[in-house]
Amino acid sequence: MLGRMASSPTTDAPSAGARGQGWDFSDVTHSDATLRRFLHGLPGVDQVGADARAAALGTRSIKTTAKAFAIDLAIRMVDLTTLEGADTAGKVRALASKAMRPDPSDPTCPATAAVCVYPDMVATARQTLGTSGVHVAAVATAFPSGRAALDIKLADTRDAVEAGADEIDMVIDRGAFLSGRYLQVFEEIVAVREACGGAHLKVIFETGELQTYDNVRRASWLAMMAGGHFIKTSTGKVQPAATLPVTMIMLEAVRDFREATGRMVGVKPAGGIRSSKDAIKYLVVVNEVAGNDWLDPDWFRFGASTLLNDLLMQRTKMRTGRYSGPDYFTLD
Amino acid sequence: MNAAPSARIDVRKTYKLYIGGAFPRSESGHSYAVHDTKGAFVANAALASRKDARDAVTAARKAFPGWSGRTAYNRAQILYRVAEVMEDRRPQFLEAVRQSEGLSAARAEKAVDEAIDRLVWYAGWADKITQVVGNANPVAGPFFNLSTAEPTGVVAVLAPQTSSLLGLIHVVAPAVVTGNTAVVVSSYERPLPAVTFAEVLATSDVPGGVVNILTGSAATIGPWLASHMDVNGIDLTGIAGDTDLATALEVAAADNLKRVRRPPTAEPDWTLDPGTGPMTAFLETKTVWHPIGV
Repeated sequence: MLGRMASSPTTDAPSAGARGQGWDFSDVTHSDATLRRFLHGLPGVDQVGADARAAALGTRSIKTTAKAFAIDLAIRMVDLTTLEGADTAGKVRALASKAMRPDPSDPTCPATAAVCVYPDMVATARQTLGTSGVHVAAVATAFPSGRAALDIKLADTRDAVEAGADEIDMVIDRGAFLSGRYLQVFEEIVAVREACGGAHLKVIFETGELQTYDNVRRASWLAMMAGGHFIKTSTGKVQPAATLPVTMIMLEAVRDFREATGRMVGVKPAGGIRSSKDAIKYLVVVNEVAGNDWLDPDWFRFGASTLLNDLLMQRTKMRTGRYSGPDYFTLD
Repeated sequence: MNAAPSARIDVRKTYKLYIGGAFPRSESGHSYAVHDTKGAFVANAALASRKDARDAVTAARKAFPGWSGRTAYNRAQILYRVAEVMEDRRPQFLEAVRQSEGLSAARAEKAVDEAIDRLVWYAGWADKITQVVGNANPVAGPFFNLSTAEPTGVVAVLAPQTSSLLGLIHVVAPAVVTGNTAVVVSSYERPLPAVTFAEVLATSDVPGGVVNILTGSAATIGPWLASHMDVNGIDLTGIAGDTDLATALEVAAADNLKRVRRPPTAEPDWTLDPGTGPMTAFLETKTVWHPIGV
């Protein structure tokens, strides 16, 4: 069941999602009241301080070899995404081909981490990607609103896993979270985690709807305690989507969680990251806040579509010494 | 003028670039002193870097679909409006041209008149150039075969070094009147008329990004624009006389088959009728076949 996780030694299966390796959360998660006490007992986020720190880290100058490294790493971290009502099998096949060989003119260009599609497109993506090593991620659980009954969400998840998805991106019930029904959110994540079987679970908070940074921190802990392998900022359907401070707070949460439990959780900002410059800012924040261990496609991802072309353009600029243009890369 | 101690302190100006309809400082933070022909300090101008050129190309690319999609008639109206606003700013242009080129008041006036008139002349060409260079071609079949002129895309323009206003209009107007968007590198030693022209563009109806004006060295920025894969054409008028640089830029421009308007051996007499050549340098011909009848 945990085949895919074997590559990550610090990851361990929390039984029924309620237990980390070094810390038993069952006393926290057995009732709404205890869960609320725990989440509201987390230290508050200094909003002004968080914004300022994220902005300060964003001013780091990353040049030459470090920039080349960062661009290649960012390409390897991209979850190349298409989540449109107008998606066709042809588009998904094209996207999957691009994920395997982002720059066909340059064999040294690495592949992206994954292709992210709706569940009904998983089989198509799987077929194209084959054994290339590029994963198939599927958004499930009534994405993007999450407004469906639990059994429908679970069926959605199982359907995607059966079709060959390696990773499931679920959305939390923001309505329940904001009205304080934390246990409901928690149990839903646990249930989806079980439905995932061997697939990795990414938990989407839709931070643009969570109102405060405190809520982002609480949601992060909630999802980590419930056994999510990744915490993800946004669906990309709501503005604001991923921002640097929100990602920073989530990175602090995964860092603290590993300190407390020994279990490592990944982070995926998604939506609104369009330029290489932005991507490099995120990598700086990952390195400074969570640490070197997270600078790996297994632990940090970008949910993006247009970002990849900009990364490729920058890569080409560094290789050839002249500015490139969008005419030389695929439209997607 | 009263006694010296009460004299007003000069406001020493540092002008900025014009990119995407905004006036940013150079990304490099550099500026350089601009002097009049007698060597007296006039103002500081921003020294554009390659990254400013990159940003300007991005802005020009973004503006291209909108600008080229406008009707030719509308582009004519907008360029005519630019001429109107220039007319309003005559004193400022006169002063700038006089300082930059060391002309007498009368000759400066003539240069500004010529520049505004030339802009009006080019504005008139917007909806006529297609009729001159387009055609209904005779073909052996039941088809209409129509050739029409279309803009090339983003054009980099190295503006003349000597004629700071009239020469500038002579290279910028023909590029944009046909629907191209332009990244212009002004005269290095005489940038102030171009700066004032940027202010005119910003306050007339020209959409941001259609004309972007960089003050700085053509020799520094030129190679980056010439090799830029997202630039579709380059006008090398501004490096007239420098054959080595011109060759280097033409070689760099060959990589993505840019249209190149080669530099003259020396700056031409800008008071002469330029003909349609400057416009057709950055036009593509699209030919469509359309069946006649049912």
